[in-house]
Order: sequence, then C-alpha cells, then structure tokens
Amino acid sequence: MPQVSLTVNGKQHTVEVEGRTLLVELLREKLRLTGTHVGCDTSQCGACVVHVDGESVKSCTTLAVMCDGASVTTIEGLAKPDGTLHPMQEAFREYHALQCGFCTPGMVMSAVDLVAKNPQGLSEKEIREGLEGNLCRCTGYHNIVKAIAAAQDVMHGKRETVAAAAE
Amino acid sequence: MYDFAYHKPSSVADAVKLLAADPDAKAVSGGHTLLPALKHRLNKPSSLVDLSGIAEMRGVRREGNALIIGALTRHHEVANSEEVKSAIPALAYMAQHIGDQQVRNRGTLGGSVSNNDPAADYPAAVLGLGATIHTSKRKIAADDFFLGMFTTALEHDEILVAVEFPIPEKAGYAKMRNPASRYVMAGAFVSKGPKGVRVAINGAAACVFRQSEMEAALSSNWSADAVAGIKQPADDLNSDIHGSAEYRAHLVTVMAKRAVAAAG
Repeated sequence: MPQVSLTVNGKQHTVEVEGRTLLVELLREKLRLTGTHVGCDTSQCGACVVHVDGESVKSCTTLAVMCDGASVTTIEGLAKPDGTLHPMQEAFREYHALQCGFCTPGMVMSAVDLVAKNPQGLSEKEIREGLEGNLCRCTGYHNIVKAIAAAQDVMHGKRETVAAAAE
Repeated sequence: MYDFAYHKPSSVADAVKLLAADPDAKAVSGGHTLLPALKHRLNKPSSLVDLSGIAEMRGVRREGNALIIGALTRHHEVANSEEVKSAIPALAYMAQHIGDQQVRNRGTLGGSVSNNDPAADYPAAVLGLGATIHTSKRKIAADDFFLGMFTTALEHDEILVAVEFPIPEKAGYAKMRNPASRYVMAGAFVSKGPKGVRVAINGAAACVFRQSEMEAALSSNWSADAVAGIKQPADDLNSDIHGSAEYRAHLVTVMAKRAVAAAG
C-alpha cells in the first residue's frame, strides 16, 4: 500500500493508505480529526474544505496520495495552541454565523483563504461570490457574510477585535 | 470508488510510458472531474498516472503573438496571471468564473480541455480563440481536437502538454450558469484576431461547436446587434430538466450578444 508523509496542523505524519483513500478519509478516519465534515461527497457543498499548502481545497475530491509532502491545515489547527480562536472563528461566534454548525468548519476554512488572498479587502458581493463553493442550509448566509467582513478587518490589521468591527 | 495503482512520474516521457503500458490507466492532475466519476463508478481505471509532478507542464509564457499555458496550470493561476490578464483578459475572466474557489485551486487547463465536458468552460476558449493543442507527440488545431461528448483527438498514451492561445484583438466570454450546479447551460466565447472572427458555443450541445452564421455576421459588422437576429436551431441541442433545447437555443443568441458586448 502507498505511504503518505504529510504535515497536518504542524505535526508530521506518515500513514499507509490505499490509492483511492481520500484526503478527508485520511484526516477523519486515520488521524481522527473529525472537525472536517463530509456533506455531499460530490465537491459541491464545501463542508470538507481544508488548506493544502495554504490553499483551500475540497478534501472529499483530493486523493490522500496526492498530498505526499504537503502541509495541511484543518479547522483543528486554526486556533492558537493556548486556545485563542482565530479571528474568523471569533467572528463566526460574535455574529452568530452558524446554526446547526455542520457547514461551519468548511465555511471558516474557505473564508480564511478568501480573505488572505484579497488583502485589498472584499465587498459584501465579493464575499458572497467567494463563498460559492460552500453551502449552508440554515443561516441564509447573512450572518456568515457579516462575520467574514468583520474578520477581514481584523486579519488585515484595520481593527483589533471583531467586536470592535461590529460597532 | 474501486482501488487502483498510483503512479507519479516526473517527466512527460515517463508518464507516456506508464499510460502506454496499461490500456486501463488514466491520467489525472487536479482530479476534480475524474474523482467524482470514479466515486460514481462510471470509470474503473486500473492505475492513475498523476501528472502533477511534471514541472515542464506548468506555467504561462508569451512567445511572439501567443500565450503558451502549461496543461497543469490551475484555473486560479490563469485567472490571476498578469501575463494572461494583459494579453487575453477574456481568458482570465473565463478562468475566474469556473466552478468555485476550491475547484479553481485544484482544476487544471489540461484536465478541462482533455476531458471535454459539454458544460466545461475551457473548450469554448480554446475553440473560440483558435488555439493549438500541444501534446506529447504533435500539435493539433482546436478545430480538429474536440470530437464529441467527452471525446477528443487525444490517443490513449498521448498527453496534453500545453495550449497555445493566439492573442486576439478582441475577445469576450459570457455564460448562463445552472443556478444549482454552476455548470454552463449555454455559453459563448467570441474573438476577432489572427484567426479571423470565431464564435464558440459551449454548454448547449453534446460538444463545443462554432456558430458559423454568427461568425459571418460579426466579420462584416462586429457588434452585439449583428448577432441579435441570428437564431440557433434547436435541433441537436441538449434538453434536460434544467432547460429544453429551445431554451438553450435562445440562450445561445443572448450569450453571443453579451460576449460581443463584453469584448467591446
């Protein structure tokens, strides 16, 4: 069986997989990182989004073997080791940007990549377009968009906290 | 998904050897079309040849009056390439509107073109710009490349290495997307340049095609009005729960108008 060596949330792992093992299966079943969800399993809903070498990808449509040598970040790796939430996580909490929470890990991972790639700042419309690969069945997206708008100000150093951005 | 052997060659020559050795092998790069097909067991390759480690197949470069884009270049890279944005802005626009952010981070030019999904975006740009396909053994004109639904002129052990896009004077792309799947219901890529006036229609039929009546009209009068009165026959267009052939025929004219307007 093929072996994959990869870094997940800063920790090195070498795991035996099958050729067909998906990255999300490696994360959830081998490494027990169950924060990454499987929703549609057809690369549409975005519940499985993680970062591979800094870019958001759908881990249900990525083979684990293709990630040999890669650095992967999951929702579990976003907060600081002392438990301080990432500004995007903090903003989702502050703005009540989730109800059932199933889409939230993928939503947060997509949003972090979207904001990081757009240091000039995103309009509400651009945030909505940037979320096309993530489906939420509860919130109607409004609070998610508000949370991302607040988090981007913090991530770009324009505000100190998401709460301040809410004023 | 059935299991398969996995190979990751580092050169085109090695990849060709692996494909030639196994008639049931499949090439893969981003995997965003192939992996969903494997999950549905629509395909059962005995081995996958992962091309993503082949450095010579990556990147954008300008040669004379053409852009040569490596097959492994991802949609996100094409959308954000300064070279593409300045030489063929319509191509960057098209790449920026494929699928979603995550699909654009993984999906590649070569994968989209060699798969030739009727609802894919890239085949319209390749045919609409009169591009040339560079493979591991030859060069193929776009007009001779797209043969039918999911069918191209590529042989089993032939790899699409790069696409050469002639730089047009003007080009534009417009599409109507299915609101749920985001796949193209009908789209038009129009251009005016070294290859004359070209109008490629995607999404509407089993395979991307050129709309010659619109090309003739635009050759004598490059304006959205010139195509407004041209009706695409509905015969042979796709008809499904998302839209009838007649609806798609109507969309073809609307998208062509919008594409010409976008080209300016």
